[in-house]
Amino acid sequence: MKRSVSLSINGRAHSVDVEPRALLVQVLRDDLYLTGTHIGCDTSQCGACTVLLDGRATKSCTTLAVQAEGHEITTIEGLAQGGELHPMQNAFWEKHGLQCGFCTPGMILSCIDLLESNPDPSEAEIRHAIEGNLCRCTGYQNIVSAVQAAAVAMRGAPVRTTA
Amino acid sequence: MSTLFGSSIKRREDPRLITGKGTFVDDVSLAGMVYAGILRSPYAHAKIKKIDATAARGLSGVLAVYTGADLTDALIPVPCAWNLPNADLKLPPHPHLAVEKVRYVGDGVAMVIAESRAIVRDALDLIDVDYEPLKAVVNPEAALKPGAPVLHADVAGNQAFKWVVAGGDADGAFAKAEVKVALTIKQNRLLPTAMEPRAAVASYNAGTGQLTLWATSQNPHIHRFLCSVMLKLPEHRVRIISPDVGGGFGSKIPAYADEALVAFASMKLGRPVKWTEDRSENYKATIHGRDHVQYVELCGTKAGQITGIRTTVYAGLGAYASTAGPGVPTILHGLMYSGAYTIPNIHGTIYGAYTTTTPVDAYRGAGRPEATYLIERLVDTFARELGADPVEVRRKNFIPQDKFPYTVATGITYDSGNYEGTLDKALGMLDYKGFRAEQAKALKQGRFLGVGVCTYTEICGLGPSQVAGAIGFGGGLYDSAIVRVYPTGMVRVYIGTKPHGQGEETTFAQIVADEFGYPVESVEIVSGDTDNTPQGWGTYGSRTTAVGGTAVKIAAQRVKEKAKKLAAHLLEANERDLEWKDGKFMVRGSPDKAKGFAELALMANVAWNMPAGLEPGLEATAFFDPSNFVYPFGAHLCTVEVDAETGQVKILRYIAVDDCGNVINPMIVDGQVHGGVIQGIGEALQEIAIYDDDGQLLTGTMMDYAVPKASQMPHLELARTVTPSPVNPMGVKGVGETGTIAAAATVVNAVCDALAPLGIRHIDKPLTPATVWAAIQRAKGGAA
Ligand code: FES
Ligand code: FES
Repeated sequence: MKRSVSLSINGRAHSVDVEPRALLVQVLRDDLYLTGTHIGCDTSQCGACTVLLDGRATKSCTTLAVQAEGHEITTIEGLAQGGELHPMQNAFWEKHGLQCGFCTPGMILSCIDLLESNPDPSEAEIRHAIEGNLCRCTGYQNIVSAVQAAAVAMRGAPVRTTA
Repeated sequence: MSTLFGSSIKRREDPRLITGKGTFVDDVSLAGMVYAGILRSPYAHAKIKKIDATAARGLSGVLAVYTGADLTDALIPVPCAWNLPNADLKLPPHPHLAVEKVRYVGDGVAMVIAESRAIVRDALDLIDVDYEPLKAVVNPEAALKPGAPVLHADVAGNQAFKWVVAGGDADGAFAKAEVKVALTIKQNRLLPTAMEPRAAVASYNAGTGQLTLWATSQNPHIHRFLCSVMLKLPEHRVRIISPDVGGGFGSKIPAYADEALVAFASMKLGRPVKWTEDRSENYKATIHGRDHVQYVELCGTKAGQITGIRTTVYAGLGAYASTAGPGVPTILHGLMYSGAYTIPNIHGTIYGAYTTTTPVDAYRGAGRPEATYLIERLVDTFARELGADPVEVRRKNFIPQDKFPYTVATGITYDSGNYEGTLDKALGMLDYKGFRAEQAKALKQGRFLGVGVCTYTEICGLGPSQVAGAIGFGGGLYDSAIVRVYPTGMVRVYIGTKPHGQGEETTFAQIVADEFGYPVESVEIVSGDTDNTPQGWGTYGSRTTAVGGTAVKIAAQRVKEKAKKLAAHLLEANERDLEWKDGKFMVRGSPDKAKGFAELALMANVAWNMPAGLEPGLEATAFFDPSNFVYPFGAHLCTVEVDAETGQVKILRYIAVDDCGNVINPMIVDGQVHGGVIQGIGEALQEIAIYDDDGQLLTGTMMDYAVPKASQMPHLELARTVTPSPVNPMGVKGVGETGTIAAAATVVNAVCDALAPLGIRHIDKPLTPATVWAAIQRAKGGAA
């Protein structure tokens, strides 16, 4: 039996009828057409589904849609503001931190969460922080470079590029 | 004027991908769309006695349930497209859904179509299948033994093929050799694990007879061809759209049963149908890689000259021959047995075996990593036997730089190379002598350091179509491009290859923009839709740039030649008197008499004033068929410390010096090497797909299959040398697979080097702590 949930996503309120078993990621993708959030596994390993829930990186494949009620959700679509890329998006672009781009939305959001709590992480800290996000293409090296570049940009004057 | 060729410009595909605006297959939604799910066998080998789908059919929201019996007349079985010659190849039928028998865990048994993904799941649970389990066989060597369970009634002894590669006189060389070494090698079965699982959305319009199939494809034209065969549809009524694709690594080359099933359902029901694998399904139903048992030996002189290589290889094909399955462990493997060396006598016998496992096909490197690995392990073992430095043994046997093009004993001709160049550069980056001293010192303190070297070359840029025909590849291997210039001068390029992470939307635009004197923004690259791209053969075998990129270059040149004719006409000058400078054709000596490319585009497209004999419009198509493959090469070095107490391997440094000819975008090439090397390190240290004796896949989810994580992987140090290929006008080779081809051998050589003082000669990958620890215990026990 479906029930209605109110979700606040990227600053907008949505009301959706969902099955109680519906995962947040399914509702984002199938009901709200926010298809930037991806699904790469069924055991909560890959992180492709990562969104920010009240600012914290959260696997939306392991969150029921009903659990997200009353929380502020940010997906990759909500990151660029007024046509300006978030410094983390920009850094991934600059440093070639993506190839196929499938892991990228989740990866970017996890990396933003990292810099919130640790604005100047070491390489080892970055690698540890993104353990829950798998990337099969890049070998991670340029993702590390991107996070380092974003950390610099976010500590100083933000370098922003128009999308 | 500065060129874009050679410059690390940012990628043009990225803005959509970093903002969530990419379109992957599962993102496609169509009005009236319903969902498909496939029930898969939980047994490796079993008779199907009965399928009862009554309850599933009765569930509200279920449109249909299909089983194998419904398809026998409707669909042509899944074809294998590599008809390996001179190998007595046996290709038993591969039904879309199993009839009578299942042959691996994951074999499709029934398909449900329902109004939602959730109902599909519920319905799958309600299908009752009565199986009579049969004995499984998962090891390719065991499958060929008398008494092994037989998978296919018409393939006695499970032998899919026996293929031989031979050059020189290997038996003679071994008979009179001064030194012989031998190894038994297991090539661990791997799960490709593209981060995007496979998916398909099919939409059939009964009014037009047109099928549109969005599919996760590395080669949409091959899928169009094979889908038209399987579905018995005329090929011009099949349109494949492969949009953004989330990695492939070979796993999105084959034609699978599933995509055709989804199309079949759409044709039957008149509704669009979507199917998306989940990861556990992907691990069972999408092809696997490697899976060889190799008995290999090398002979040579006491002075370190290699005189021969002999192999007997058992290659697991899985339960059915996948699209390229028979070609991978043979053509792409055995022909490379000379490696980077002058080995006059080579003999290899490769047996293909059907086993009750998921089909095995091309996975990054496809046959070549398995060749490089056995050669490089043998060369190290040979050096150890001689008490010689493995670096010096390699040097002694290298094909010399001045001998290219060089034909090796297996009959293929390497285009160009400078193997000493990459090796010297890598040794310099490491300070090889310094490390050897450090290693000796550490050993005195009871610490085990090691250095591994791998000097590889590989065959890629697949390849001349005539050769494709001769080796039984069921298609061409040329590639294609249409360069179309619009009235405003903007350019779209339609290509026959299908990039899915490799960055050709950027590098191909660099090629075209250079040709026209344009900023790169004026050029868009379009791929993946068979309705607007010319016939091509796709992205695999590191062929996209060498073959497809050359087609782009030639098409752009044709466009420019036409623009030049028009310029001469408009400037009332002789074509011979025109020169191309700063993006304009100008009359030599009169720089004010000039026509820019955009102006010529307008004039060609409106055609108000064309010279006699010149058609309106400004576009050109090119099909490029190379005269040979290309052979990138390089030297990889890795240093490790092995903790003898725990068996843990720590990579201290990893150095990759590669030579892939001229480089269009260094940043993108580095990225390809990063990804490739990490996949090779994963293969060396932690990745393995394990079946138990009953044929159950024990590594069936991401919890159990160890995809490399950022924290487990080292920082890589990269460098390049540049030896252009003579095979194509840009002098480019390929780089998508080099890292994977080199890395596994490099890392295992390093670990074996570290543990040599314990008398350990070889350990099979993956070198997990448990495996290494056990080897150390065995060695200690043996010494005691
Ligand atoms: S989809 Fe893999 S962790 Fe959520
Ligand atoms: S960019 Fe392809 S998985 Fe990360």
